[in-house]
Amino acid sequence: MAKPLSVFGELVRNFFKKASTQGYPFKKASVDSNFRAQIKYDPALCVGCQLCVKNCPADAIKIIQINPEDKPQVGADGKVIPVHRKFECKIDLTRCIFCAQCVDSCFKKALSSSQDFELASTDRSSLVYIKKYQDASQDKADSEEKEQK
Amino acid sequence: MEMIKELLIQLFEILIYPGLLFLFVAALLADWIDRKLYARMQNRQGPPWYQPLADFVKLISKETIIPKHAVGKHLFRVLPYLAISAVVVCIFFIPISGSLALMSFQGDLIAAAYLLSIPTMCFFLIGWTSSSPYSAVGAMRVLTQFFAYEVPMILVLIGPAIVAGSWRIEDIAYYYSANPSMMFVNILGFIVALITMQGKLERVPFDIPHAETEIVGGVFTEYSGKLYGFIKLAISIEMIVVAALFNAVFMGGSLGLEGFLGFLLFCFKVLIIILISAIIRSAMARVRIEQMINFCWRVLVPIAMLQLIISIIARAFHG
Amino acid sequence: MPKITVPLGPQHPALKEPGNFMLLLEGEEIVDATLRLGYNHRGIEKAAEARNFVQATYLIERVCGICSHSHATCYVTNVENIAGLEIPQRAKAIRVVIGELERIHSHLLWLGVAAHEIGFDTLFMYSWRDREYVMDALEALSGNRVHYSMNTIGGVRRDISKEAHEDILKKLDILEERTNYYIHLATQEPTLHARTKGVGALPKEEAIRRDACGPLLRASGVARDVRKDDPYLIYDQLDFKVITSDACDVFGRLYVRVFEILESIKILRQVLSNLPEGPFAVKTPFKIPAGESVTRYEAPRGEDIHYVKADGGPNPARVKVRAPTLANFESVSYMLTGDQLADAPLIIAAIDPCFSCTDRATIVASGKQSVQSLKDLRTYGIEFYKKKGIDFTKVK
Repeated sequence: MAKPLSVFGELVRNFFKKASTQGYPFKKASVDSNFRAQIKYDPALCVGCQLCVKNCPADAIKIIQINPEDKPQVGADGKVIPVHRKFECKIDLTRCIFCAQCVDSCFKKALSSSQDFELASTDRSSLVYIKKYQDASQDKADSEEKEQK
Repeated sequence: MEMIKELLIQLFEILIYPGLLFLFVAALLADWIDRKLYARMQNRQGPPWYQPLADFVKLISKETIIPKHAVGKHLFRVLPYLAISAVVVCIFFIPISGSLALMSFQGDLIAAAYLLSIPTMCFFLIGWTSSSPYSAVGAMRVLTQFFAYEVPMILVLIGPAIVAGSWRIEDIAYYYSANPSMMFVNILGFIVALITMQGKLERVPFDIPHAETEIVGGVFTEYSGKLYGFIKLAISIEMIVVAALFNAVFMGGSLGLEGFLGFLLFCFKVLIIILISAIIRSAMARVRIEQMINFCWRVLVPIAMLQLIISIIARAFHG
Repeated sequence: MPKITVPLGPQHPALKEPGNFMLLLEGEEIVDATLRLGYNHRGIEKAAEARNFVQATYLIERVCGICSHSHATCYVTNVENIAGLEIPQRAKAIRVVIGELERIHSHLLWLGVAAHEIGFDTLFMYSWRDREYVMDALEALSGNRVHYSMNTIGGVRRDISKEAHEDILKKLDILEERTNYYIHLATQEPTLHARTKGVGALPKEEAIRRDACGPLLRASGVARDVRKDDPYLIYDQLDFKVITSDACDVFGRLYVRVFEILESIKILRQVLSNLPEGPFAVKTPFKIPAGESVTRYEAPRGEDIHYVKADGGPNPARVKVRAPTLANFESVSYMLTGDQLADAPLIIAAIDPCFSCTDRATIVASGKQSVQSLKDLRTYGIEFYKKKGIDFTKVK
């Protein structure tokens, strides 16, 4: 029954086994491809229904229209062209609990979960994920501006 | 001129080898080896080689806080150094490289055993002066545990002395080097000594005085910064010294090899003792204080007595 | 011998969460123990009333870290009962899978914690290493290691894919082997016996009188398990045993938990081998009608009871949580009295306490009731520390 040092065999076996711990910050840790980490936003797909905002348990996500002044215009053929509403998404990573309910709520699939889990930062302002709608022409203008600088 | 030279040699021996500096390096290394072995047996990576040094430097650079309600603040400050000096003096009696110790006289085995009990007394006083409930319970446990393991430990140390017919550590080591087969006479005593060593060094299964999940830091709860660093160092040095003493007394020290080779053999055997200690530490749970006393007095003391009788008979036959 | 009082907590290495136990000691023996809770009150029940039903799911999940799925399932079942939803069989089966994986994870975690309390760190490291298999399986299934967020009103949020299915079965084989090793170890290691046998005795009558639940009650020889007594989800179709032990001590609790891991593995194999086909969720209703519901759930730590009341509005009108630890705390002071100080952490750990689950309400001592705004509290705090010589006014 009771045998002292009964764990000895296991100790020897483990001594020669590869360690199951990792030197984390020096060696990158991997997560499963299903892992829910930072939420990514695709402004091209968003229609601004605000369902994600309504269902967010942590009040972390904001969807703001960036062109509220734009009016519907009448085209050359007399048809009314509706405003192309453009949105900006702000996710406060200090509030987000990574439940990905917003991903489930979004029926346009504008939001998705990514596997970026290393989000720590010493700067508070970098902890807000901001993504704005940008059309192709504006992208070009931005890059030109950068080049000039 | 001669006198100055002698003085310098003595200073070298006390401060560098085999004194403070050597012991400091050896203690940190032994600490690392112990931790690494412990970690590997638990299937962990374990700390890098400089971890004990980094820990020590960190503790040294921290602020030392002395509790307001501590009784005897001077005592509180002095005790860690007292513990260190006692174990450092003890190494001088042990022949590390070759067959000669730095200091040797008839009866130094007893002196070494007494010097080794000074740190324990220091730890008791440390707990008492801290006057916090955890330290008080820890201090009581230190003393209770001391009465449990000290008797079998001293008893088994007498065995080799009887076989070798001398109270000198040097002579005992020399005797075993000359008659290696006589080592097997003391095998029971050696096992008892290894178990009591866990008590002496307060390691699992006998780490009762500072069982962290029960009484936080035990006697050391109120210690911080430099003073705590030195306590840690004292415990590491004590580990080396106890292992070296057992090596000299039970395993014949460097087995008659002189110089550097003898030193290497000595270190190797000390490492084996540390390995055994690490295995015991990782294979067991901590026992309760009354279970420990029962075990020491009901199991270890009779075995130690039996060992004494065997030693006397062996002595009679071997002459 | 003079009696001394030793505080165990709120900050103590043996406690993973703040709680306070004042132990009156005579030498090493505990003559009296007083329990004080309330260091972890987070006002979750009130906060749930300020959120809509979907948001509250994630809030209730965070009542507890270890049994997050238990609380969420309990709450979601309540809401589904009120709305009159019939959830698909596949969703029920997936809920059982996650729930049993969670049970294995919780029991392995407990084994490690208990081993650490008695200084057996090697067992602690081994059991936590093996727990990683369950954690990995849960991560692959749900997308997170702790807060699985699998439940939604009307079913579950993710399906079990074929690969994940095989992966879990493979991991279960390893876990079964490891669990058998722990059983082997627990029956052989003498120091483990010395520390657990006869410690924290709770006789059967006393356990019933003090309303214990979960593994604590089962280790006192009472076969109570909500999964058997009041089957929910698909537990009535599954074949499993309720593990009991007549030891009535910490060893019995160890025995019950380790063997429950084996039972959970058995359940998981049954469910995974014939997972019902079909959808894994029905549409979440837009509006929850007025009504109320109570659900019981066998969490790893014992019986979990939730009550939800809806008044037809977007938010729940009342949510009440009774975590299993609350029922078990009643027995702690009884078990502590007469034992050694050295056993106190183990006895407390043996009920697998979860303080933050338990801290549902704080009772302010009568006569001292007062209401303070956040601003007042802040000034009070600054003044309090100023008296101690620490100035916080410069801190922004």
